[in-house]
Amino acid sequence: MTLKKQSLWSAPFIIWILIGTIIPLLAICYYGFTTRDGDWTFSNIIAIGKAEHARALWLALALAVASTFMCFVLAYPIALILRASKLGERGFIVFLFILPMWMNFLLRTMAWQVILEKGGLINSLITGAGLPALEIINTPWAVILGMVYDFLPFMILPIYNTLIKIDSQIIEAAYDLGASWFTVNFKVILPLCIPGIASGVTMVFVPSLTTFVISNMLGGGKINLIGNIIEQEFTTSANWNLGSGLSLVMMVFIVVSMMLLSKLDKNKEGNFI
Amino acid sequence: MIKDLKKPLGYIYLGIIVVFLYAPILTLVVLSFNRSRSMAVWMGFSVDWYRRMIADPMILEAIWNTFSIALVSAVIATIIGTLGAIGITAMKKSRQTAILAFNNIPLLNADIVIGISLMLTYLIFGISLSWGTVLLSHITFSLPYVILSVMPKLKQTARMNYEAALDLGATPIHAFTKVVLPDVFPGIISGFLLAFTMSVDDFVVTHFTRGAGINTISTLIYSQAKVGIKPTLFALSTIIFVVVLVVLTVSNIISNRKSVA
Repeated sequence: MTLKKQSLWSAPFIIWILIGTIIPLLAICYYGFTTRDGDWTFSNIIAIGKAEHARALWLALALAVASTFMCFVLAYPIALILRASKLGERGFIVFLFILPMWMNFLLRTMAWQVILEKGGLINSLITGAGLPALEIINTPWAVILGMVYDFLPFMILPIYNTLIKIDSQIIEAAYDLGASWFTVNFKVILPLCIPGIASGVTMVFVPSLTTFVISNMLGGGKINLIGNIIEQEFTTSANWNLGSGLSLVMMVFIVVSMMLLSKLDKNKEGNFI
Repeated sequence: MIKDLKKPLGYIYLGIIVVFLYAPILTLVVLSFNRSRSMAVWMGFSVDWYRRMIADPMILEAIWNTFSIALVSAVIATIIGTLGAIGITAMKKSRQTAILAFNNIPLLNADIVIGISLMLTYLIFGISLSWGTVLLSHITFSLPYVILSVMPKLKQTARMNYEAALDLGATPIHAFTKVVLPDVFPGIISGFLLAFTMSVDDFVVTHFTRGAGINTISTLIYSQAKVGIKPTLFALSTIIFVVVLVVLTVSNIISNRKSVA
């Protein structure tokens, strides 16, 4: 079998990529730049400036930044402790932190809806103790909580994977040369971890920025993120042109954040797979 | 002294995170055995919700759809992806990088964009949304994972083994099935498993590309979450949790044993 013949084996795959990826992206671009009657227009893109759309985009960015930051603050010490305690070498403890990732994320979000609801677990405990009920669900805080809960394993895994590759002799050498605990952690370990952090940030930031599920289930329709606006344009309002235009704007933010982050992870060390 | 303190503090922190990760899931497990509908008051143990769950045609159909789509899409994606990976390794380096760049698009793209772009494409070509469109969509987003699982294994085997087999008189088909395939097999399996779990876990793409009345477990939860969750879903969650736990624990033990041996 010649090389040429062998390369033909990829024909079904290439055709599938063409039809399944390229054409759909062109379709979004076409709808985004046309009106309902098929005339060219920029109005679907400019529509991001409308108060409700702009507010949804800013809120999505703010919540995505907040949840990504929270995930990092929680995940980095976990990875450090797992490495230092050698607990990770047994495999099982790391597995414990990764397992929720394989649970359907709607189920996990539903669990928080049940816990936070007005007549839910937390409020029954509080009112049972004679305190006034808390309004946690349907606030941005509930949405951030849901994002952190759903995406935390995606931050832990890549950071842990880069951390265990660091040669412990480097760390010992730093201590031997008189570095303090603080210096070792922030001048030696943290910089070596950047590829893993970059990949973790991508895996938390993009789904948080684009979600409509978490904001819908834990925001009770009161928290409108850019994902919710786009979803509504495609399902209830049926204005696909506007929905496509807004998702093109959202894609710009995804692409820019990915370009910034991929610079930090040049060797693709923090790759997930 | 600080070092003596640090270790227990670290374990306490890990413990708190484990509680944070598992308490919500365990809440669902406990509620699934609650006699009452209430989400807060314990009214005694009962398996009533499990009984109602297996008698609920909506839930049974959602389970069927979820797993039939996952199985069929993973099989097709694995076949097309494996052939694709074999073909790509025979290409020039520059062409390989170009194709892999396209391969990465669905991996990096947001779910919602994949979902709406596929939905628009079906409607442009006049394909009405159904079980089949969900299947096509799942194959589309699974393919890149298969490619990424199989490609590295192919690079390791190199063409050399294959050519050596030919030189020693094997037919091309024989050389492929007896020499190349055994080497890539672990990659094919992990690609298949990734494709399968991606499909089972997916909600967003299914949400946009499903036909009316077609529900998977995910879309069923989403529609119920809007109007009020029934405890039968807690029973379903518990079963899913136990299945995931058992499957992952077993595969974890097997892979640990392999790495020791």
